[in-house]
Amino acid sequence: MERVPILKIGRVLLVSVQIDLQDQTALALQEDLSERIVSTGARGVLIEISALEIVDSFIGRMLSTIASISRVLDAETVVVGMRPAVAITLVELGLSLGGVRTALNVEKGLEILDRDMTVEDDNVIEDEPAGSAAGSVTEARWPN
Amino acid sequence: MAELSVLGTDEVPIHTDADVVRVRQLVRAAAVAAKLSLVDQTKIVTAASELARNTLIYGGGGQAVVETVNDGRRRGIRALFRDEGPGIADVDLALTDGYTTGGGLGLGLSGARRLCDEFELDSAVGAGTCIQVTKWTR
Ligand SMILES: Nc1ncnc2c1ncn2[C@@H]1O[C@H](COP(=O)(O)OP(=O)(O)OP(=O)(O)O)[C@@H](O)[C@H]1O
Ligand SMILES: [Mg+2]
Repeated sequence: MERVPILKIGRVLLVSVQIDLQDQTALALQEDLSERIVSTGARGVLIEISALEIVDSFIGRMLSTIASISRVLDAETVVVGMRPAVAITLVELGLSLGGVRTALNVEKGLEILDRDMTVEDDNVIEDEPAGSAAGSVTEARWPN
Repeated sequence: MAELSVLGTDEVPIHTDADVVRVRQLVRAAAVAAKLSLVDQTKIVTAASELARNTLIYGGGGQAVVETVNDGRRRGIRALFRDEGPGIADVDLALTDGYTTGGGLGLGLSGARRLCDEFELDSAVGAGTCIQVTKWTR
């Protein structure tokens, strides 16, 4: 079985699905991503699906599940690059992709994740007394 | 209606995840060759993916037959899925959005019916299930 590679860029995990996903591969991706979120302390997950020719109920469920799991693990997921024909089909199939945030492309997806993380960083700084470097503590606990 | 002619037939056994992918690829290739629009290609491939997975999971495996047909006016793609599994006791219930016995979303059957132009389901408890879908060029 093939596995989908996961790249880490800063605090974001990037997944670009370039193969026709078998169900087992989709399940493995779900597990691999959960582990990588925890082991890297990533705050965002970007899933790029412009190469996917279909999103059926199984793949749709995978996307929703990844979004839910990552949220529980304190990371936000954005799905980007869905083809128009796939979007039309998915709606007619009846899939709602509950809880999945989407953006048109990688750039817009990264903007969303950046914005989220910046807001959180601001909150952290406001909450902490001056002098305590909350950000670097996080980085020290989660080496790349 | 004019007589239906079959322009090409392919058969794929469905026994593994990889076979479900193979069915999708075969239906895609046939839909491209029959000149279905991109959206219609995507719809029939998605429907085929749902039905092939059901054949594997609930039917315990089976077979897909993918045909390119012509009814005298237009071309179409016809895909048939059959298994010798437990069958579907209540077809109306199985075709209800959200109904699942397998922890899925319960959208495969009902969604596949919406995505195709024709949908025929034959099932007998203890004997198996046969589902045929067709998508025509516009
Ligand atoms: N080939 C089959 N043989 C026996 N039962 C079937 C078959 N196909 C479908 N069913 C029954 O019909 C139900 C509905 O199928 P459907 O594909 O709509 O939903 P699902 O497979 O449970 O979930 P989803 O496809 O959304 O992931 C199934 O849960 C199963 O009980
Ligand atoms: Mg199903």
